[in-house]
Amino acid sequence: MQIAHDILLRSYRSMRTIRDFEERLHVEFATGDIPGFVHLYCGEEASGVGVCAHLTDTDTIASTHRGHGHCIAKGVGVDGMMAEIYGRKTGVCHGKGGSMHIADLSLGMLGANGIVGGGPPLICGAALSHKVLKDGGVAVAFYGDGASNEGTTLESLNLAMVWKLPAVFVCEDNGYGEATGAAYACAGTQKARAAGFGMPYLECDGTDFFAVYEAAGQAIAHARAGNGPVMLHVHLARWYGHFEGDAMTYRANGEVAEQRARHDCLKNFRQSVTETSLLEPTALDDIDASVKDEIEAAVKAAKNAPLPEPADLEADVYVSY
Amino acid sequence: MSKKSFRQAINEALRQEMLRDPRVVLIGEDIAGGQGGTSGVVDAWGGVLGVTKGLYTEFGPDRVFDTPISEASYIGAAVGAAATGLRPVAELMFVDFVGCCLDQIMNQAAKFRYMFGGKARTPLVIRAMYGAGFNAAAQHSQALYPLFTHIPGLKVVIPSSPYEAKGLLIEAIRDDDPVIFLENKVMYDDEEEVPDEPYAIPFGEANLTREGDDVTIVAFGRMVNFANEAADRLEKDGISCTVVDPRTTSPLDSATILECVEDTGRLVIVDESSPRCNMATDVAALVAEDAFDALKAPIRRVGPPHTPVPFATVLEKLYLPDAARIESAVRSVMAYKKTKQEA
Ligand SMILES: Cc1ncc(C[n+]2csc(CCOP(=O)(O)OP(=O)(O)O)c2C)c(N)n1
Ligand SMILES: [Mg+2]
Repeated sequence: MQIAHDILLRSYRSMRTIRDFEERLHVEFATGDIPGFVHLYCGEEASGVGVCAHLTDTDTIASTHRGHGHCIAKGVGVDGMMAEIYGRKTGVCHGKGGSMHIADLSLGMLGANGIVGGGPPLICGAALSHKVLKDGGVAVAFYGDGASNEGTTLESLNLAMVWKLPAVFVCEDNGYGEATGAAYACAGTQKARAAGFGMPYLECDGTDFFAVYEAAGQAIAHARAGNGPVMLHVHLARWYGHFEGDAMTYRANGEVAEQRARHDCLKNFRQSVTETSLLEPTALDDIDASVKDEIEAAVKAAKNAPLPEPADLEADVYVSY
Repeated sequence: MSKKSFRQAINEALRQEMLRDPRVVLIGEDIAGGQGGTSGVVDAWGGVLGVTKGLYTEFGPDRVFDTPISEASYIGAAVGAAATGLRPVAELMFVDFVGCCLDQIMNQAAKFRYMFGGKARTPLVIRAMYGAGFNAAAQHSQALYPLFTHIPGLKVVIPSSPYEAKGLLIEAIRDDDPVIFLENKVMYDDEEEVPDEPYAIPFGEANLTREGDDVTIVAFGRMVNFANEAADRLEKDGISCTVVDPRTTSPLDSATILECVEDTGRLVIVDESSPRCNMATDVAALVAEDAFDALKAPIRRVGPPHTPVPFATVLEKLYLPDAARIESAVRSVMAYKKTKQEA
């Protein structure tokens, strides 16, 4: 499949940004500087980026508690995100939401979500808006294997079919919901679940950018053309604990190391584009260097940014009251 | 007797009741953890904050059930199991997740007894974490006890210390009605002396953590600690307080609250839940109606503003009541002088 040069560069940059952002958070969290719960997306970058490469600001996504990657892939700036995670006034949500609630509706980013299964119904609504307003937009719900067992998710699959919505349900299957394996918690298969609702189903290796890009392209084109929703089942692995501080005793020794060694989306992307001479190694090196600086600057700025002020506490509960 | 944390006290209550009664079963997400994992380690978590650790290992898969992330079905299953012979203790993790399963609690469990003409028994406990102070933001920090208290048919328990937690949880498990048992997530490492043997603390009997002459402070859950702290400081200035821990919001020990207000003539209520239609408004109405003549000053409520719980530490500190705010509320009711001539 032919992918335009600028899309390749942009996608690599997005994946690198997510990786560095998350690796840095892992380090900063350990120093005790970052409040609250932090769920890292490391290892899963190709999924969010491969899907969002087909979307514009008109399209809507809903994310999860593991939302940093989706935010970056949808174009939310790392400065505002980092400041948000540090609880600063300059954060995208003015320090009121934190890691689990980063949102930017102007970019079609309907929010990370603290409630598992919170996103799929919202995406039915976003898809309904796109359909009724005829703006050509598509709505995409990212949800985990764990979230696939919520009634809200299953009801949304049905509703989206009944209303023939321009929606794509991206099941990011990393094999675990917290400390419980999908092998225990998910009966049947995602494929059979989609079939149960008569919904078209695609699956792909979520650690391979090209595989995600291709499958997501098909799914999104199908939905955008008015043919109704699609389920895209993405197989991937998370590289860190469920949240920072999780010792992951439920995972076999070497499971993560194997993923890092053989299924690193960034390494594999680089190898693939340089072997086929699609991109020059130096172009990738330049991106690596510039992202490194960008993350460094974002952390520095966040640490020095002003805290919210007392008056912020009672602001923005309502539009008017 | 030995020092135990809030977490250990709850774990011990569960364990002792499971030993006593084979119908007591635990149901919840990752209450063991590790099922379907690749290391073969089970009981990998023992609950998201380790409260049920060891119980799967001790009691096995016929007593401790890990669930998919499906609150509506597993909370509902606990309700159905309770109505048909088991005595489940279901863990909802964060009480905020009640949004995903409220029907099974509000329209099913709470209603059976009455709606079925007194024929049903639903001996169910739902444990959940509540409260701000953890930087867990708006969807993981609420103190939703007024919501449950509002629903006839439910009992609602808010333990204020490790000793209280053990005794009240044992009572909850032995009780034949659906009980919502709310644990403040910030308190899990709090420690105090807790008896080793099982004991039950009856519902609807408030505990006076101290008795004084000037002001009655009614406080709920973690706020009891803050009220005690404030009372300590006020004592030094010669202001003596009674601190009432109602222990359960449903049933509510109205008699004790009224007696204390009759004695002191002043009332401050400390409630960390959202301030509209909460326990503070409920207790204020009770006292205004039944102890009006005893009041020497207006009732004062100490609570958060009517906002979701903010993430940033600075804002969350402003949001949550603390000892200083209780102290100043007490001083203000002490300073109050009736300006109008008494009729
Ligand atoms: C309704 C609800 N139930 C439970 C939780 C607690 N929780 C947070 S993340 C999570 C696991 C989600 O697993 P999955 O959907 O597979 O996403 P992953 O963490 O693997 O990305 C759980 C149980 C929650 N936040 N919301
Ligand atoms: Mg998962």
